[in-house]
Amino acid sequence: MKKAVWLMVFLGLIGFSLALAQPRTVKVGFVSTLSGGGAALGIDVRDGFNLALRHLNNQLGGLPVEVIVADDQQNPDVARQAVDRMLKRDRVDFLTGIIFSNILLAVGDAIFEEKVFYISPNAGPSEYAGEQCNPYFVNVAWQNDNLHEAMGQYVQTRRFENVFLLAPNYPAGRDALTGFKRYFKGRVVAEVYHRLNQLDFSAEIAQIRAARPKAVYAFEPGAMGVNFIKQYAEAGLLREIPLFLPGFSADADVIRAVGRGMVGIYNSSQWTLELNNPINQRFVEDFRKTYNRIPTLYASQGYDTALLLDAAIKAVGGDLSKKDELRKAMLAGFNSTRGPVRFSPNGYPIQNYYLRQVIQQPGGEIVNRQVGTIFTNHRDAYVDRCKLR
Amino acid sequence: MPPSLFIEQVLNGFQFGLMLFLLAAGLTLVLGIMDTINLAHGSLYMIGAYLTATLVGVTGSFWLAVLGAVLGTALIGMLLELSVLRQLYRRDHLSQVLATFALILIINEVVRMIWGSQPLLLSAPEALSGPVEILPGLYYPAFRLVIIGVGLLVALLLFWLVNRTRVGMWLRAGASNREMAQAMGVPIKPLFTLLFGVGAGLCAIAGAFLGPILAVQIGMGESILILAFVVIVIGGIGSIKGALVGALLVGLVDTAGRAFLPLLLSRVASPEVASNLGPALASILIYLLMAVVLFFRPQGLFPART
Repeated sequence: MKKAVWLMVFLGLIGFSLALAQPRTVKVGFVSTLSGGGAALGIDVRDGFNLALRHLNNQLGGLPVEVIVADDQQNPDVARQAVDRMLKRDRVDFLTGIIFSNILLAVGDAIFEEKVFYISPNAGPSEYAGEQCNPYFVNVAWQNDNLHEAMGQYVQTRRFENVFLLAPNYPAGRDALTGFKRYFKGRVVAEVYHRLNQLDFSAEIAQIRAARPKAVYAFEPGAMGVNFIKQYAEAGLLREIPLFLPGFSADADVIRAVGRGMVGIYNSSQWTLELNNPINQRFVEDFRKTYNRIPTLYASQGYDTALLLDAAIKAVGGDLSKKDELRKAMLAGFNSTRGPVRFSPNGYPIQNYYLRQVIQQPGGEIVNRQVGTIFTNHRDAYVDRCKLR
Repeated sequence: MPPSLFIEQVLNGFQFGLMLFLLAAGLTLVLGIMDTINLAHGSLYMIGAYLTATLVGVTGSFWLAVLGAVLGTALIGMLLELSVLRQLYRRDHLSQVLATFALILIINEVVRMIWGSQPLLLSAPEALSGPVEILPGLYYPAFRLVIIGVGLLVALLLFWLVNRTRVGMWLRAGASNREMAQAMGVPIKPLFTLLFGVGAGLCAIAGAFLGPILAVQIGMGESILILAFVVIVIGGIGSIKGALVGALLVGLVDTAGRAFLPLLLSRVASPEVASNLGPALASILIYLLMAVVLFFRPQGLFPART
C-alpha cells in the first residue's frame, strides 16, 4: 500500500515536470469545405491560414500551434461530427474554417455552448449579427450582406433602372439579396432563388433573357459562379445585359476557370491585391510564390484569421483561460492585410469596401484591379439589435 | 409569357432529359434483363467525364476525347461485370445494393487518388461556346443544341439496336422472360457482358457532354443516379421506350418547375412566400410526378413485362 502511494507521488512528479517542460500549445480546429464544388474556397482559406502560420513561425501569440484539419464536404452532418470530435476529444481552444453559412448555423450553438471561440474566416450569417449575436463569435471577414450592399450602392450610382437578382436558396443567398436591395433603390425585376449547388442554369438564364432587365446581379460562390458565368456567356447574354457580381463570384478561382469572358466585370471586395500596406504586400508576394497562384479574398481572410488570433493571444499574455479579455482583445482590432480593422460588439468588422474590375494585363494575366472605394468604415446593418457590448 | 421563353425552356428540358435518357437506358436494361440493381451506374458516368477531361488535355480534341472515353468506360464496365457483378446475379437485391454501394465508395476514392479532390475543368469546344440564332430573335447555346442532337442520335441507334437486330431481340426476350429466353438458347453470359459495356458507354457519353455544363467532380454520379432511377420507375423497368419518355418527362417537369413555378406562385402568394416556397416545391416536383405515375400505373408507363 505504502509503495503504491509513493509510486503515485513519483508518477505525479514526472507528470508535473513534463507539464513544466512543455509550454502550453494552442489547439486550433479547422473545419472547412475541402472537396466538391466549394473546395476552391476552403482550400484558399486553408492555404492563407497556413501561410500566416509560417510567417509567424508556427506560433500564435508566442504559443506553439497545433492545427487539426477536417473536411466538411459541404455537408452539415459531416461538419457536426467533426466539430463534436474537436470539442470533446481534441479539446481545441479555437475553431475556424467554415465557408458556408448553412454549415456554420448547424454547428454554431454546439461550439458556443462549450465556451469555445469560433473565429469565422468566411461565413457571416445575419442570424449571428442581430438578436442571436454571441460573445464567442468573431468574424474576420464581413457580415454576409456587406459585399452585396456595396454592389447595390454601386449599381445604384450607375443609375440602372432595374435589375434581375439571382442567388442560391440558403441563408447567405438570402442575406446577399437583402443586402443588395438595402442600397439599390431601382426596381427589382425578379428575385430568383435556386437550389444550392445547382450547376445547370439554363432555366434561370432563359428567365433572364425573357425578362430583359437593364442589369443582372448574381451571388454565385465557387463552382456555381464558374458555371453560371460560363453559361451566361455561352447564351450570348454577357454582351447584351451587364452582369454585376460580388467579389465571391469574380475572384481568381472563378477567373481561372472562366477565362477571358470575365474581363470588364465589376465586383466588390473588402480586400484587394494592391492594398498598400506591408502586411498585404508580403501576403500577396509570398502566397504567389508558395502556391503558384493569385490569392483570392478567401485566402486573405484565412491569413487574417491567424493574424487576429496571434494579436489576441499576445494581448492576454498567452493565458487562454481569460475568455473575457480574449474577446476584448479581438474586438479591439488588429493589423490585417486590409490595414487596421476593428469590430462591432457583435463580432463583425468595421471596414472599407472597394470596387474592383477584372482586367487583362499586358502580359496576358487576368486579374482584379481596385478601381474605387464604395464604403468607408462601413458596419453591418444588424449590430443595433445585438445586446452585447 | 413570351413564346420564346417557352421554347427555350422546352429545349432546356429536352437537353437535360436526353442526357438522363442515356443514363437511364443502361440502368433500365441491366435492371430489367439481369434483374440486378447496379448503384455503381453513376460511377461509370463519373469515370466517363473524368476520362473525357483527361483525354481532352492529351489529344487536344473534344471529339477524340469523347470517343476514347466511351471506349475506355465501356471496357471498365465490362471488366466490372466480369469481376464483380457476375457474382451478384443469383443473390437477392439487398446484397446487390450493398455490393454496388461499396463499388461507389471504392471508385470515388480511386478517382480521388488519381485526379485529386478538386473538380476538373472541362470546356465545350471553342467553336460551340457561343449562342446560335435558331428562330428570329431566339438565341440558344450551340453546345446545348449539339447535346440534343447527340441525344436524339443515340436514342435512334438504341431503338434500332433493340428493335431491329438479333442482339436486340435477345435483349427483349430476356427482359420479358429471362428463364424462357435462356431455355431457348440465348447466350446469356456474353450478352450480359456486352450489355453492361454498352450501358457504360452510354454513361460515358452523358458524362462527356454534361461535364462542360455541370462539373467534373467526385460524387457527380450519385445525384444524377437518383434521377435516373426516378426515370426508369416512371417509364417502366426494362423498357427503352419507357426510359426515353420518362427521361423527357423528368427533364421537362424539372425545368418547368424551376422556371415557371416561382412565377405562378408569385401571382397567388406574397413575394416573400413565393421565393421561399418556389425553389422548395420545384425540387420535389419530379418526385411528385413519380408518385402520381406510380399511383395510376404501378408498373410504370411502359412496362417490359406484362
